[in-house]
Amino acid sequence: MSTELEVLEIELLTEGIFRHYGVDFRHYAYASLRRRIWNCVRAEKLSTVTQLLDRVLHDTGSMERLLLQLSVNVTSMFRDPGFYRAFREKVVPMLRSHPFIRIWHAGCSTGEEVYSMAILLEEEGLYERSRIYATDMNEAVLAQARKGIFSMDMMTEYTRNYALSGAKAQLSDYYLARYDFALFRQSLRRNVVFAHHNLVTDGSFNEFNVILCRNVMIYFDRELQSSVHRLFYASLRRFGILALGRKESLRGTDHEGDYLELDPVERIYRRMA
Amino acid sequence: MQRAMVIVGASLGGFDAISALLSRLPASFPWPVVIVQHRSAEDTADTLQVMLQRLCALPVREVEDKDPIVAGHVYVAPPDYHLLIDRGAFALSTEARVSHARPSIDVLFDSAAATLGSSVVAVVLTGANADGALGVVRVKSEGGLVLVQDPATAESPAMPLAAIATAAADEVLPLEAIGDYLSRLAASRM
Ligand SMILES: C[S@@+](CC[C@H](N)C(=O)[O-])C[C@H]1O[C@@H](n2cnc3c(N)ncnc32)[C@H](O)[C@@H]1O
Repeated sequence: MSTELEVLEIELLTEGIFRHYGVDFRHYAYASLRRRIWNCVRAEKLSTVTQLLDRVLHDTGSMERLLLQLSVNVTSMFRDPGFYRAFREKVVPMLRSHPFIRIWHAGCSTGEEVYSMAILLEEEGLYERSRIYATDMNEAVLAQARKGIFSMDMMTEYTRNYALSGAKAQLSDYYLARYDFALFRQSLRRNVVFAHHNLVTDGSFNEFNVILCRNVMIYFDRELQSSVHRLFYASLRRFGILALGRKESLRGTDHEGDYLELDPVERIYRRMA
Repeated sequence: MQRAMVIVGASLGGFDAISALLSRLPASFPWPVVIVQHRSAEDTADTLQVMLQRLCALPVREVEDKDPIVAGHVYVAPPDYHLLIDRGAFALSTEARVSHARPSIDVLFDSAAATLGSSVVAVVLTGANADGALGVVRVKSEGGLVLVQDPATAESPAMPLAAIATAAADEVLPLEAIGDYLSRLAASRM
């Protein structure tokens, strides 16, 4: 069982990482954090969590590997096509009246979601007046996101997702195939800023019309989820849109009553108060 | 009453097997039942939940992030997420597939064993792969109980066979007997 000792070792590890590197995993959801920490222990060929603490404190290379492991960067283009369809149908009409649209993708990982949104906005004629701020706590994934190069192997799946998302063109219209890679059009990036931001330790940096934070807060405990929802509330304009992952909600947060559910399945909310 | 939890893993042929199991549980069944059934990421219409609810006396719910785990409820993993047991609540993860599966039976079983130790009752049903085999070893090593569907009664015997091959199984039971076995077990531990 997850013994008292294991709980203690994990607490010491996250405390050590926070104090030495300033990266705060202390309020991540225990069950999944524990699993990923043990994956690191094994990958580093160690046998205890305390040995991992010793290593990451003295070896920045192993800290970088740990950061990649702990931050779960799995993502895809047009993941949940129904979400993009709902966004086209319910959110786009609201955005049309705005002269300028500010969007924040929090926890954007390697950018697949951001390019998907850029394509959607382009097709809806809104991209020109949009500015997308795409942030993540992990510099390595941001560097990849800026390149806009994805594996060709994924394009079959993405093409299918895209088709189901309310597509107005072909996905291949947006990229060049080069050997094993798909290079997405530079122009999709012209209104995107990829930047470092940690949801736990960094504050609000602008006022947005849309905030997307999908499948990021599932890795946080309830307390941290509440504090991130306060950050989003403070960063969202009145009548702005908040989009969460399909299995996330505002339940139990301080701001549950301040939003209207625009799409109960796709978890799209509108700030009312 | 001892706090226990039933965790169930199923793959190919799983819908019928889970139906057979759930339809035998009385409305008074005292433990939570948590199910991972392999399915397509696109199967997002709550169909599994709706269909299982029709034949189950207990409330059936597709899990959402941080749902509390309530006794006498049946929970199914949502498509395309790993389902983990945390202290008193569920956790979801979009981590990479484990042995081609998300949700993965091993991930559920491992987290349940880590959180609840000997209070876990694991059930491996029909399937065409070996998911759950590592999980039952983990459950067993923490003192939990492992039940496996008799491969002869499985639409697809590979998964039960893989679980049996680990030597972690306490009981190998025909499909029709599993629900009743769980009910008796729960009654005896009350
Ligand atoms: C599973 S990915 C989600 C990607 C995308 N939003 C999606 O749904 O496909 C989670 C991302 O959240 C980022 N993340 C985790 N903790 C974070 C934090 N405290 N601040 C900012 N980003 C964080 C991770 O680095 C990772 O890239």
